[in-house]
Amino acid sequence: MTVYLLCLVLFSIGLFCVLRKRNIIKIIIGIGIMDYAVNLFLVLIGYRAKGRSPIFATGQEIGNMVDPLPQAMALVSIVIGLAITLLLVSLAIRIYEKYGTFDITKINRLKG
Amino acid sequence: MMMRGNEEKGMTFIVKTVTKLTLGFILLYGIFVGLNGHLAPGGGFSGGVIIALSLVHVMLAFGKETALKRLRPTFLRVCACAGALLFIFIVMTGLGKRAHGFLGNEIVIPVSEMLIVGFGLFAIFIALVLMTKTDGQTG
Amino acid sequence: MELVPYLVVIPLGAAFLITLAGNRARIAEILSCVAALGLVAISIVLSGGASSRGILVYKVGGWAVPSGITLVVDSFSMLMLIMANAVAFLILIYATDYIKKFTDEWKFYALFMLMLAGTNGVLAAGDIFNLYIFLEIAAIAAYFLVAFGVDAEGVEAAFKYAVMGSVASIFILLGISFLYSAASTLNMADMSSLISSGSVSPKAVQFAAVLFLAGFGLKAALAPFHAWLPYAHSAAPAPVSAMLSGVIIKVLGIYALARIFFNVFGISPALSGAVTCLAVISMIAGAVMAFGQSDIKRLFAYSSVSQIGYIALGLGVGTPLAVTGSLFYLVNHSVFKSLLFLDSGLIEKSSGTRDLARIRGIIKDEPVTGWTTLIAAMSISGVPPFGGFWAKLIIIVACFQANRPMLAAIAIIVSIMTLAYYFRALTPVLFGPRKDAAGPGERARTALLPALSVIILAILTACAAFMLVPGAGNVLLKNASAVLSSGAGYAAAVTESLK
Repeated sequence: MTVYLLCLVLFSIGLFCVLRKRNIIKIIIGIGIMDYAVNLFLVLIGYRAKGRSPIFATGQEIGNMVDPLPQAMALVSIVIGLAITLLLVSLAIRIYEKYGTFDITKINRLKG
Repeated sequence: MMMRGNEEKGMTFIVKTVTKLTLGFILLYGIFVGLNGHLAPGGGFSGGVIIALSLVHVMLAFGKETALKRLRPTFLRVCACAGALLFIFIVMTGLGKRAHGFLGNEIVIPVSEMLIVGFGLFAIFIALVLMTKTDGQTG
Repeated sequence: MELVPYLVVIPLGAAFLITLAGNRARIAEILSCVAALGLVAISIVLSGGASSRGILVYKVGGWAVPSGITLVVDSFSMLMLIMANAVAFLILIYATDYIKKFTDEWKFYALFMLMLAGTNGVLAAGDIFNLYIFLEIAAIAAYFLVAFGVDAEGVEAAFKYAVMGSVASIFILLGISFLYSAASTLNMADMSSLISSGSVSPKAVQFAAVLFLAGFGLKAALAPFHAWLPYAHSAAPAPVSAMLSGVIIKVLGIYALARIFFNVFGISPALSGAVTCLAVISMIAGAVMAFGQSDIKRLFAYSSVSQIGYIALGLGVGTPLAVTGSLFYLVNHSVFKSLLFLDSGLIEKSSGTRDLARIRGIIKDEPVTGWTTLIAAMSISGVPPFGGFWAKLIIIVACFQANRPMLAAIAIIVSIMTLAYYFRALTPVLFGPRKDAAGPGERARTALLPALSVIILAILTACAAFMLVPGAGNVLLKNASAVLSSGAGYAAAVTESLK
């Protein structure tokens, strides 16, 4: 139970970073932290008590395995997180070229 | 630390020699991790990341210019697209029938994943490196 | 031959073939237009096939149902497939001319095809994680497309959109993981039958529902999650804005929300109350903020927020009549809002500016742009006999019938406000005397393809009211709203068609 709570605490730390930090790079890191927290949560909910790794190798009986499906979901989520990070970083490079600053409170040309 | 002026010439002679020796092993390890996804942790994505890292290793050790002469962006784009189109080919030949057997599942799919991820990630790395002070669009 | 997987395979294949072909714009244009036309054809063929059977299920790889991935196309998906693919095709024809002013045109077509693949995948997804994957594909392609012209405003808008969109996607993923841990299955039909039989802990469902409301609400630009929409719309190139407002916020936001809340969770008073609350806030906030706008695309963007509030209001009230009105308004809004954005692109190209105070006399100068804008504006303001009037009327009548006169009153007031701000903004633009100090820009005639695209869209807007005619026209709409109203009947229909 405490493991899940700690995972959600990690998620909240990431969310706090995205909401309150002013540097663009710190916002990107915050989104990364949120991604890690959700992936960790996904893998954690697959745990079965005293389970072994879910590999169907020859010679081993199908005993008590942990759930492999959340692990597959976590893999996909890692790839999606990679694509997001990549996009945000390239946008950040462009923003620095055009605006000359990384401070998000100053990047405000679109008004209204 | 690597400084801006040294980037063109690459790193020291020791690093270059060791890179030439170990490059093949890193690539081989990447292919091993990629093809063994069914029985061990790994699979197409992590294998592709290791392949991309071997290419990045080449770029770091030999400098931007030399690496880009050998691994042209066109070649990278064609390889990544070939991986994706191979994937779609697998989908279309499997439509309406039962799932593919050993050849399809355990060799072709990881190979196409490794192609996409490996060359794709390296192409992205090149794009980000080349992006300073350019004035075009990036995709 | 199974046609359903081709919905996703064709645009993906086209995207990678375009990337393979590299810097040749001709091939990219032709490939993407052929692919989009093929998708429209497939959607129409599928709708003919499915209305005889009711629902089409395709099992990927032949794996048995609760364990495998399924692609499910039922009447609700059918309606939105036809709408999304047709609108996307028309926007693509328009874009072949508009994109010529950028370099690297092939990148636009490849990204557009990827976005189309993601959209079709969301509409055809049969399990909730597949929905998330395709939602992400479409969303990431959209973030790149908003930044396409690499000017300062585009990059800033894309960054803000990307950050907010990623946070929403992470909320959605957290909701999916809660649902999976409670229900042990990802298949939507399976989950729906489990939830309606009560073997899933209701607290997990409520927690996941709140997370989904936040996540999909942001994708749908419901207030208070609408903050990214004005930025993204005003800074993106015109075809991208049209695609965003006409297709993406409806498919990725409203469709996913409706599918999950109605079919998987089973609509309950708490859920519909929450949706209604957000809808009312959206309607009022969008309408109020649209009054003070001076940029034509920001005006349209806030108007989008307000109209999405209408659609969500119909879904929140929940009676079959309200759901029908909501879906009809969804189709209408997709057509005329994309028409408005494409017209704004043409206006910008010819007048050189987007400032409402400086554009004058469009109807006399460019009759095509002027008349199509007029038709679209009349439809969105609720002028009879265009479709917008009937849709708003149905929603208002449904609110009265459901014993919620307050909601009906708010809907009427917001509709009057919509008429007011469109009238105020567009009358000088369309009919005012031309002032010659309107800035640089060529006054050439509109090129053929964009003109064709906006004319077809205007014809669709004008004829949209025929969808309500009982008999042949009504069939699509009736079946779609029946699927939503049946709630857990979705699961029964899917298992039925697998026997």
